[in-house]
Amino acid sequence: MALDKAEVEKIAHLARLHISEADTEEVTTRITDILTLIDQMKTVDTESVEPLAHPLDMVQRFRADVVTETNTREQLQDLAPESQDGLYLVPKVIE
Amino acid sequence: MIEKTVAELSAAMTSGDISSVELTQSYLDRIHKANDSLNAFITVCDDTALEQARVADKSRAQGNQNPLLGIPLAHKDIFCTTGIKTTCGSKMLHNFISPYNATVVDKFNQAGVVTLGKTNMDEFAMGSSNETSFFGPVRNPWDLEKVPGGSSGGSAAAVAADLCAMATGTDTGGSIRQPAAFCGVTGFKPSYGRVSRWGMIAFASSLDQAGPICKSAEDAALMMNVMAGIDLKDSTSADREVEDYTATLSDSVKGLRIGIPKQHFTEGLSADVEKSIREALREYEAAGAILKEINLPNSHLSVPAYYVVAPAEASANLSRFDGVRYGHRCDNPLDLEDMYKRSRSEGFGDEVKRRILIGTYALSAGFYDAYYRKAQKIRRLIKNDFDEAFKEVDVIAGPTSPHTAFGIGAKTDPVTMYLEDIYTIAVNLAGLPGISIPAGFSNDLPIGLHIVGPDFGESKVLNAAHQFQLFTDWHKAKPAAKGGI
Repeated sequence: MALDKAEVEKIAHLARLHISEADTEEVTTRITDILTLIDQMKTVDTESVEPLAHPLDMVQRFRADVVTETNTREQLQDLAPESQDGLYLVPKVIE
Repeated sequence: MIEKTVAELSAAMTSGDISSVELTQSYLDRIHKANDSLNAFITVCDDTALEQARVADKSRAQGNQNPLLGIPLAHKDIFCTTGIKTTCGSKMLHNFISPYNATVVDKFNQAGVVTLGKTNMDEFAMGSSNETSFFGPVRNPWDLEKVPGGSSGGSAAAVAADLCAMATGTDTGGSIRQPAAFCGVTGFKPSYGRVSRWGMIAFASSLDQAGPICKSAEDAALMMNVMAGIDLKDSTSADREVEDYTATLSDSVKGLRIGIPKQHFTEGLSADVEKSIREALREYEAAGAILKEINLPNSHLSVPAYYVVAPAEASANLSRFDGVRYGHRCDNPLDLEDMYKRSRSEGFGDEVKRRILIGTYALSAGFYDAYYRKAQKIRRLIKNDFDEAFKEVDVIAGPTSPHTAFGIGAKTDPVTMYLEDIYTIAVNLAGLPGISIPAGFSNDLPIGLHIVGPDFGESKVLNAAHQFQLFTDWHKAKPAAKGGI
């Protein structure tokens, strides 16, 4: 399936990626090539096939609802580009 | 000494022929001499490695007999390590230092292994040539103009050129086995869930699996004895008993039923690789194994289905990189959306962005059934093919890759690159164990033999690989003897 530039821009927005004007055409071509490869799936009838989401036939394990982790807030926030008073800083979102 | 296997080094340390400190220093010297040419390491840990070696030597003197004690290892830079940066081959994480260790890292530390450093890789493990790394391509030790394969190319190159005794890798569609084939080493992808994924930076969570890259199947078994097992921090790690993978290595292959998929010997396979693989299969036959042609009728659909499933899962996993909690943040964001978009666009390379876009598209409203659900149905067909085959055979064997290592810069088209993993991808979709072992050369470049087992059949795969290494010497060949490094 061929995509046009507007569709690629829409997907990029959904993925929160910025694609420059100069790159849009090449990205569109590449993505279309990949979708052509993927479209080979259409050659097989899968009407009655049960989807396989995961290779292991298992259910999620439960554990007791008790605290197992220690508080590493400071260590984790040390990794942040910007933090202050235990909070992550981002550009202003509310006027 | 640095060219020896883990089993041999362990014996040499036990008998007092060499200490871990001496061995570690030898590998560090080798790294500092060869890494400028190979670019296999992103980070080298001289001081902490020597300190770990001193501790290992002391522990051995006190009676510790762990076979991996004091053996120098390199971790793929996808495994989180406290105190050592973990980049995942990306600008996004170029200065990231994890607050915790991956379970695999903890397990090797507890076994007394020495960590030499972190190896280069395709960015976020997305690639088959190591050319997508933010830190530049790794070069193949057999020919510096060739790629080492990917995404665990740094680990495979480092093992091949004796920059470490053993290394970790991860395999989502062939990322352990294909570089092992291109670099002439042994690379094993266990069954999905056999090794914990905790602390291994996620690419495609229903496909990712960690495994060993090393110099023999015996070494892979020794490493698996440390790596395998349930981990409560990874809810998809399998709650099954861990075997002693060394216990069955010496079993005979007499009567072993080896399935040969006819779809893996078609026009895409280069003649020189086919010749070596056919000869390898004759070696098995001579040793008493029974060869049987099998049919994997949906194998041609594995690459298309994978390029829906893997990007879809990747687009979800990589949404965590938002410039807020860790990783790259752009300068002077105008607002929140600008920060997200520019941080991600600056932090990710082209291939990663392409896969995020494909995955986002496949999961977007109106397209889910046509892509993601369809791919999951194909995944079932592929799994069914293997289930049918394993009713008649014990293992499946064929080429790991359709050809030997290609030139750096030779494949610029993504679809051509994706087809590199044509024989390995189905194994990830089905969650099976698979190994690549050296099985010959073409123009002085290594050829890999791929052996696949049924669910949790790691012992059978390692046994079959080890037996091959008893009656052949391909795994002992060294790049320097053939004009490499």
